[in-house]
Amino acid sequence: MAASSDRNPPPFPASEEPETGLCDMADGDSDEGEDIFVNNVRLRAFLLLLLCPSFVQSTPVAVSRGVSQPDQVSEEPPDLFSEEEAISTAPTLSTTAKSNGVHSDDENDLFAELLAAVDCFHSGISKGYFVLPPLELKCGLLYYCFQQLEEEEAKDSFDVDVSVTSPEKIGDGMNAYVAYKVSTRTSLNMFRSKTFFVRRRFSDFLGLYEKLSVKQSLHGCIVPPPPEKSVVGMTKVKVGMDDPSSVEFVERRRAALERYLQRVVSHPSLLQDPDVREFLEREDLPRAVNTQALSGAGFLKMINKASDAVNKMTIKMNESDTWFEDKFQEVENEEQQLRKLHAVVDSLVNHRKELCMNTAVFAKSMAMLGNSEDNTALSRALSQLAEVEDKMEQLHQEQAASDFFIFAELLADYIRMLGAVRGCFDQRMRAWQRWQEAQSTLQKKREAEAKLLWANKPDKLQQAKEEITEWEARVTQYERDFDRIGMTVRKEVLRFEKEKAKDFKSQIIKYLESMLQSEQRVMIHSHSKAYVYVFYSGVEGFSPESWQRVYYIPDG
Amino acid sequence: MLKATLKTKRLHSTQSVSDTPHLPQLSREVKFTVHTKTTLSSFQKPEFSVPRQHEDFIWLHDTLVETEDYAGLIIPPAPPKPDFEGPREKMHKLGEGEATMTKEEYTKMKQELEAEYLAVFKKTVQVHEIFLQRLSSHPILNKDRNFQIFLEYDQDLSVRRKNAKEMFGGFFKNMVKSADEVLISGVKEVDDFFEQEKTFLLDYYSKIKDSTAKAEKMTRSHKNIADDYIRISATLNSLSSDDSTANKKHLEKMSDLFEKLRKVEGRVASDQELKLTELLRYYMRDIQAAKDLLYRRARALADYENSNKALDKARLKSKDIPQAEEHQQQCLQKFDKLSESGKKELTSFKGRRVVAFRKNLIEMAELEIKHAKVRSSIQLYYICFIMCTNELQYAWGICKILCEQI
Repeated sequence: MAASSDRNPPPFPASEEPETGLCDMADGDSDEGEDIFVNNVRLRAFLLLLLCPSFVQSTPVAVSRGVSQPDQVSEEPPDLFSEEEAISTAPTLSTTAKSNGVHSDDENDLFAELLAAVDCFHSGISKGYFVLPPLELKCGLLYYCFQQLEEEEAKDSFDVDVSVTSPEKIGDGMNAYVAYKVSTRTSLNMFRSKTFFVRRRFSDFLGLYEKLSVKQSLHGCIVPPPPEKSVVGMTKVKVGMDDPSSVEFVERRRAALERYLQRVVSHPSLLQDPDVREFLEREDLPRAVNTQALSGAGFLKMINKASDAVNKMTIKMNESDTWFEDKFQEVENEEQQLRKLHAVVDSLVNHRKELCMNTAVFAKSMAMLGNSEDNTALSRALSQLAEVEDKMEQLHQEQAASDFFIFAELLADYIRMLGAVRGCFDQRMRAWQRWQEAQSTLQKKREAEAKLLWANKPDKLQQAKEEITEWEARVTQYERDFDRIGMTVRKEVLRFEKEKAKDFKSQIIKYLESMLQSEQRVMIHSHSKAYVYVFYSGVEGFSPESWQRVYYIPDG
Repeated sequence: MLKATLKTKRLHSTQSVSDTPHLPQLSREVKFTVHTKTTLSSFQKPEFSVPRQHEDFIWLHDTLVETEDYAGLIIPPAPPKPDFEGPREKMHKLGEGEATMTKEEYTKMKQELEAEYLAVFKKTVQVHEIFLQRLSSHPILNKDRNFQIFLEYDQDLSVRRKNAKEMFGGFFKNMVKSADEVLISGVKEVDDFFEQEKTFLLDYYSKIKDSTAKAEKMTRSHKNIADDYIRISATLNSLSSDDSTANKKHLEKMSDLFEKLRKVEGRVASDQELKLTELLRYYMRDIQAAKDLLYRRARALADYENSNKALDKARLKSKDIPQAEEHQQQCLQKFDKLSESGKKELTSFKGRRVVAFRKNLIEMAELEIKHAKVRSSIQLYYICFIMCTNELQYAWGICKILCEQI
C-alpha cells in the first residue's frame, strides 16, 4: 500500500439514514440478511477507501460512523451496485478528485471499471446466468478490487532481480547434469549491462556458497544456505527427465535455487562481494570442487562443528547484555517449532496425495457402478457424480502441489536459514574465544618476560619484548574484531527478521491465494454435484425457483 | 401397526473433558433400548421398552434366516457389529503422543476424537434401528414369533441365544459357502426374470462392494487431512506466541484459518461417510440378502431337478414310486412358492433401492450446499486476511464483523 506510514484510519463520516440494530440483519434466513455485505453503507465506504485512499483522506464523504461501533447498521441504503447509483457515484468521485488534484485518472478508471464489472455480474445474476450465492459474488468482487491494488503496488523496482529458469539436461548417462539459466535484471552500475544471463549448474551454486561462507561468516554475516544435494533425486534425473517425480524434483530444485539467489542479492554486503558478481556475470565459471562437503549432511556438520567448538569452551562468556543469549535461545526454539511444523505439513502433503489417488479410484468405481445400474435416472446421476469426483481429483492434485511448493518449502528454507543464523552466533563466540586465547597468550608472554628479566638474559629479552608487542596488537585486534562481529550479528539478525516477516507474508499470501482459487473451484463442483443429485434424481416439485430460494438470490 | 424405535444408553458419560472417555471394549457394552409402539392385539401392551444387546439382533436375524417359511423372502441384513476400533486406536496413539503436544493441541485432538466416537455410535444406532424397522414394516416378517419375543420379552435373551447356537451351529455358514457355487454352477434357469436378476445382482454386488471400499478410503483421507489441520493450527499458534517480530500476527491468523478449515474438512468427511459411504455399505448388504434369496431358490430348483431324476429312477425300478412322486410334488411346490414370493420381493427391492439412493443423494445435495456456504465464509476470511496483511487494519475490523454474521 502506497500509504504514508503515519496515516490514521480515516473517520467514516456520519450517516444520513436511520440505522437499525445489527442483530436484525443477522437473521439467518432472511433475504435481506444475506445482502448485508453489499448494502452496508460502511462497506461501500470501505470499497471506496480501497480504491481512493488519498481521496478519502482529504475529503470526508457522507457515510456512517466509525468502526468502533459495530452495532449500528443502516437498513435501506441505496445499493452500491445498482445501475443508477453507479452512474451517480462515479462522477462525484472524479469531480471531487479533480478539485483536490490528489489522485490520478488511473484510480478513477479503476473504480469505473470495477463498477462496470459489478454491473455485469449483477445483471448476469438477475438474468439467471449465475446461480452462485451472493456471498461468492461479493468475495470475488472484493478480491478483484484488491488484486487491482496489488498490481499497482507491485511495480516497485528492485535494484537487482534474478531468476532461475529453463532447466536443461546436458549430456547423457551418469555424467549428465542439469544446467539452469540465471537471468539478471539490474539498475546498478557495477554490472556490465542492465540485463544479462548465464548458464549455471547446481555445483556452481554450491561453490558460490562455499566461497561466501568462508569469507563472510567470519564477519558475522548470515549467509543464506543453498538447497541440499540429493543423490537419489539426481540419479533419477540422470536416467530420464520425463517421469513426474523427476519433473517435480527439478522444479523443486529450480525454485529453491531461485530463492537462494534472491536472498543473496538482496543482502547488501553480499551483493558487493566480487564472487557474487562473477557468479551472475561471468560466461564460463571454473568448476567448483570440494562440494562434497556441502551435501545436506555436510552442511549440517559444518554448522555443528562450530557449535561443538563453542561447547568445548571452558571459560563461559560473560555477556554484557543478554540480547545475544536471549536471541540465540529464541532462534533455537523457533527452529525446533519449524521442524515440527514442517513434519506436519509433510504429512499433510502425503495425505492430500492419498486423497487425490483415492478420489480418482473412487470416481472410476462410481462410473462402473453407474453403468451397472439399471434404473436410468439413477444411472445417469451416478455417472455424473463420478465425473465430478474426477474433477475433484485434479483439484486435490493442485492443492497438494501448492501445499508442498509454497508452504513446505518455505518452512524448509527457514529451517536451513535458522541454522545459518545459529552459525553466525557461533562465529561470534569463536571470535570471543580467539580474543580470550590471545589475552592468555599475552599473559604467558609477559610472565616469560618477567622470568627472563629475573634470569637476566638480554638477547632473549629483546625477542620476548617483540613478541609481547605483537601479541598486544593481536589482542587489540581481536577485541575490535569481537566487537565488530557483535555489531554485525545484531544488525544481521534484525535484517533477517525483517526479511523473514516479509517473506512469510508474501508466501502465506501466495498459499492462501492458491487455496482460495481451489476453494472456489471446489464450490463450483459442490454445486454441480448438488445439481446432479437433484435434477437427475428426477425429484418432483424441485424447480429452478425453489433452487433460487435455497440460494437467496434476490428477485430481479 | 407396529413401530419399533431404538434408543441407546451409553455406559459411561463423556461430559467432562478431564476424564478419559472409556470406549466400550466389547460390543456387549453397548446397550440398546428397544422402544415399541403398537396397535396390534398380539402384544400385551400398546407401548413398551426392553434392553437389548448387539448379539440379540444377530440371534433374531439368524433365526429368521433359518426359518423355512421365510425362504422366499429377502431377510433384512443383520446390523454389523459396533466397531469402535478406529477411534480406540487413535485414542491410544493420542495418549502415547501426549508428551510431544501442547495442551491446546491435545485438547483439540481429543475433542475431535470424541466427536468421531460419537459419530460411530450414532451410525451403529441408526443401522440397528433400520434393521428393526424393516422387520416391523414387512407384512410377513413382523408377525414372526421370535420377532415378537425380541420386542417384548423383558428378560435377558442370552439363554435363548445359546440354545439357538447349539441347534443351528454351523449350518448357516455351510450354506453360505456353497451358495456361490450353486448359483454360478449354471443350474438351468427356467424363468427369464430370475436369469436377469441373477446376472444383474451378481454384477452390481461386486461393483457396489468395490465402491464401498473406495468410498471408505476416500473418507479416511479427508479425516486425515482434517487431523493434520489441527496439528498445523496448534503448531502455528505456539510459533506465533513465541514470536516477537512482525511475523507474529501473520502466524496467528494462519493458525485461526487452519482451525476453521479443519472444521469444514471434518464435517465434509463425516457427512460423506454418513450419506454416501453408509448408503453404499447398506445396499451392499441388502444386495447380499437378495442374492441369498436367489441361492435358496436355486437350491430349491436343484432339489426339484434331483427329485425328478429320483422319480424317473424309481419308475424305472418300479420301486417306491409313490414316495418319489410325493417328494417331487413337495419340491415343486416349494420351488413355486419361492419363485412367486421371490419375484415379488425382488421387484419391491428394486423400487426401494432407487428411492433410498435418491433420498440420500438429495440429502447430500443439501449438505453440499450447507458446506458451500461455510466455504464462502471462509473465503471471505481468506480475503480479509490477505487485505489485513497489507495493513488495512481497519478493513479487518469490518470484515471480521461480517464474517461473524455469516
